[in-house]
Amino acid sequence: MKKVFALVSVLLVMAMFLGACGKTPATEPPAASSDPLRIAVVSPSSVNDLAFTQSISDALKVLKAEMGDGLEYAFSENMFVVDDAAAAIRDYANKGYDIVIAHGSQYGSSLQEIAPDFPETVFAWGTTVDTFGMANVHAYEAASDQGGYVNGVMAGMLTQTKIIGVVGPIETGDAKLYVDGFVAGAKSVDPTIDVRVTYIGSFSDVALAAEAATTHIAAGADILTGSAQMVVGAIGKAEESGLYWFGTQADQNSFAPKTVVASQVYHWENILREIISLRAAGTLGGHTFTASLQNGGQVITFNPEVTISDEIKTKVEETIAGINDGSIVIPKP
Amino acid sequence: MISDLFSATVIIGIVSSGIRLATPYLFASIGEMFGQRSGVLNLGVEGQMLLGAFVAFYVTLNTQNLWLGVLAAMGVGALMGLAMAFVTVNLHATQGISGIGFYLFGMGMSNLLFQKLVGTVEGVKGFQRIAVPLLSKIPVLGEIFFNQNALVYLAFLLVPVAWFVLNKTTLGLKIRAVGENPEAADSLGVSVAGIRYLTVTMGGVFSGIAGASLSIALLNVFQQNMTAGQGFIAVALVYFGSWKPFGILGGALLFSLVNALQLWIQVLGIPIPAELAVMMPYILTILVLTLSVSKSRGPSALTKVFEREG
Repeated sequence: MKKVFALVSVLLVMAMFLGACGKTPATEPPAASSDPLRIAVVSPSSVNDLAFTQSISDALKVLKAEMGDGLEYAFSENMFVVDDAAAAIRDYANKGYDIVIAHGSQYGSSLQEIAPDFPETVFAWGTTVDTFGMANVHAYEAASDQGGYVNGVMAGMLTQTKIIGVVGPIETGDAKLYVDGFVAGAKSVDPTIDVRVTYIGSFSDVALAAEAATTHIAAGADILTGSAQMVVGAIGKAEESGLYWFGTQADQNSFAPKTVVASQVYHWENILREIISLRAAGTLGGHTFTASLQNGGQVITFNPEVTISDEIKTKVEETIAGINDGSIVIPKP
Repeated sequence: MISDLFSATVIIGIVSSGIRLATPYLFASIGEMFGQRSGVLNLGVEGQMLLGAFVAFYVTLNTQNLWLGVLAAMGVGALMGLAMAFVTVNLHATQGISGIGFYLFGMGMSNLLFQKLVGTVEGVKGFQRIAVPLLSKIPVLGEIFFNQNALVYLAFLLVPVAWFVLNKTTLGLKIRAVGENPEAADSLGVSVAGIRYLTVTMGGVFSGIAGASLSIALLNVFQQNMTAGQGFIAVALVYFGSWKPFGILGGALLFSLVNALQLWIQVLGIPIPAELAVMMPYILTILVLTLSVSKSRGPSALTKVFEREG
C-alpha cells in the first residue's frame, strides 16, 4: 500500500504544480535577411491568453507594423517550466538575437546566470524592478495598481448591491498589485463597499475561476474583476448572469462584448521603443521602466458596446489626472 | 463569520458548485477505473481531456451542435485510448511512461490545433441548465441536484451504471479477471488483449467527455492547458476510491466540495490565508487516503505486461 500512497501523492503534487501553469514551446524561425533588429521573447503562457502574454505579443506586433523589415522577432510561449525558459533564453542569445525579453518574474535567477555570458546582448526582464546591477539587463514593470484603482472607482460607482467580487490567481506580483489597487479604488468611492477577494491558487484552472465567479455571484456580488489568463472562465459566468466585468492586462472587450465595461491594457511598446533607442545609443541595460497611465504604458480602454454615464466618465478622467499629477496616492494595503 | 457558512445560500452554493466541479472527475475517473481494473494504468488522461475539450469546443463552435461536439470528443478520446492500448498491449511499453507521453501529446496537439484553427479565446453557447420537472421544485435539494446541465446528470448516472457493468455482467467479470490474473483468464479463453483494448479505449472515450464537460458544459470556452492537472487528480481518485465506482464518487465529491467550500471561505472573508484555503482539498484528500487506503488492494496485474507463455 505504500506504493499506492506514494503514487497518489506524486499525482496530487503534479496536479497542483500543473494547476499553476501552462506549456509547450513554439517558435517562429528567424529569417536571416540583411540586418534587421532581432528581438526574442520568452513568456510563460500563450500569446492569445487575453492577458499577460498577449500584452507583450501585441506590443511586438505594433513594433513590427512600424518597423516592417527592420524587425525580426521570435516568440517562445507557454514556457511555464523555468528550466525550459532558461534554455530558450540562452538559445536566443547564442543565435545572436539583439534583444532577449524574459517576460515573467519567475525567470530572474536564470537571467542572472545567463546575462554575463552574453555581454553584447540586451536582456529585458519583467515584471520586476531588479536589473541585478548588470550592464546589459533592463527591468520593466507595470504600475497595475493605477489601472486597478481606476477600474475600482468605476466599479464602486456602478455597483448596486455594494458587493464586488475579485477572482485572483496567486497572491503575488502583478496580480496582487492590480487587486490591491482595485480594492482601494472601489473603497475611495464608498468605504462601505464590500470588495471580496478570492485567490484560486492557479493561473490556468479555468474551471475553478468560473466556480469562484459563481460563488461571488451567489453571495451577492453584482460586479466582478480579476487578473491573469484563467479569468476567461469567470468572465463567462459574469456574462451568463448579465453582470459587469472589469479587465486587466489585455483588452478583454472582444471576448464578452456586453459584459466587459473597461480593461486596463498594457502597452509595452513604449518601453520597447526606449530599449531599442537606448541600444542604438550604446546603452545595453541598467534601466528600470514602469508602464504607467502617465507614460502611456497603461491605457484604460472602454468597451464601446457598454454605455456608462458621463458622470462616471468624468470621474475616470479626474482620477487618471489625479494619479498622474500625484494628487491621488494609491494606498498600499 | 464562521457562522455565515451555515446559511441556506452558502450550503446550496457549496453543494451545487461541488457537484459541477466533480463532473469532469467522475467521467475521467470512471473511465480510468475500467482500464486499471483490467490491468492498465493510463496516465495520459490529462492529454485525452485536453484534446477532448478542444475538439468538443471546435465542433460546437462550427456546427452549434453540442451533442456533435460531445460525439467528436468521444471519438478523439477513443483514438487516443486505442493508441495507448496498442503501445501497452502490443508493444509492451511501460505503462507509466507511455501515459506521460500521451499526456504531452494531447497537450501539445490541443495547443497546436487551437492556435491554428481558432487562434483567440472565444466563447460558444454550451449546455444550458435543465430544471428537472417537479424535482427541481423541491426546496434546497431541487436547486442543488435538479438544476444542472445535461452532462452533470450523465456523470452521476454513470456511477451506478459502471457499478452494474463491473459487478453484475459477464463483461465486468472478464475485466476483473484480466486485471487480477490474466494467465488464468487467458487459459479460460478470455482474450486479455481484447479486454484491455476495450477498457483503455472506453477510458479514452470517457476522458474525452470529461474534457467536453469542461469546454462546452461548465465553461463554454477553450483555453490552452485548461484542465490544469485535473486528469492527474482523476487518476489519483481511482486509487482513492479503491477501484470502485462509488468509492470514486465519494472521492470526487469530497475533493470538489472542499474546493467549493474554500472558495466560500474566501468570499465570506473568513480569516484563513488564501494559500492555505487553496491547499485544503489536496491536504484533506491525502489525509483521508492515509486513513482509508490500508484495507483496499489494487488489481494484482496493474501495470504488468501480459505475455502468453509458450
